[in-house]
Amino acid sequence: MLAADSLSQTFSALADPTRRAILERLVEGPATVKQLSAPFTISGPAISRHLRVLERAGLVARERDAQWRPTRLEAAPLREVAEWTDNYRRFWDASFDRLDSWLQTLQEKEKKHGNRK
Amino acid sequence: MATANSTHTTTFTTPSDREIVATRTFDAPRSLVWECWTKPEHVKNWMLGPDGWTMPICEIDLRPGGRWRWVWRKTDGSEMEMTGEYREIVPPERLVNTENWGADWPETLNTLVLSEEDGRTKTVCTVLYPSKEARDRAMGTGMEDGWALSNERLDEYLRKLG
Repeated sequence: MLAADSLSQTFSALADPTRRAILERLVEGPATVKQLSAPFTISGPAISRHLRVLERAGLVARERDAQWRPTRLEAAPLREVAEWTDNYRRFWDASFDRLDSWLQTLQEKEKKHGNRK
Repeated sequence: MATANSTHTTTFTTPSDREIVATRTFDAPRSLVWECWTKPEHVKNWMLGPDGWTMPICEIDLRPGGRWRWVWRKTDGSEMEMTGEYREIVPPERLVNTENWGADWPETLNTLVLSEEDGRTKTVCTVLYPSKEARDRAMGTGMEDGWALSNERLDEYLRKLG
């Protein structure tokens, strides 16, 4: 099973629409604070605060050497989130598929024995 | 007669901050679907998630205040346990119970509503979490309420990274 505490840290970082938009932008490649703040009406410092939250959650990393310290996406926690979400859906999807065929088996049996319509 | 390859799909929605709702239609009368949810000999045949799991323990004490306990086992021997208490039992249309995955996860209140039309049964499973944070953690930040990063895109990205 997944570690619940690291997942909750990831989820609380993801609970903000601006931070999710930043991550979405970073899927395309590393970006500087200036590039990241361009689509938003909020200031560079506010973007930097969001980046610090994302960095603490391990969702992004900042280049140490490059002059403008571009931010890049870190895949591991996102993968954990995707797996968890997928697992949730997959559990129900797979179970309901089984229920579907189990119901058919039961109905065919009933028909054969003619004990219930 | 239900077609063998009926392609019903499960729909997930988040009508409020604390809920996840899974909806699915089955080609069977409501009374039979009800039995499948409430009798161990049926539950252990379908409530199994993805391939590789069995349910060696399935205890159901179907009365208000009665407990239920389901234990899954994977082919590699690992186990997963879920327990809870029945709160409301109105056969064959409404079942309310608590659900507990263990100390790390919050207890939820689950409501199952079955409705029948033309021999088909629609099941609506509502899972109510104690908080939005708990719901989002279980769900992955509320799929329906605006996580723009679509699963497909994320999948592709993760695939690229290997």
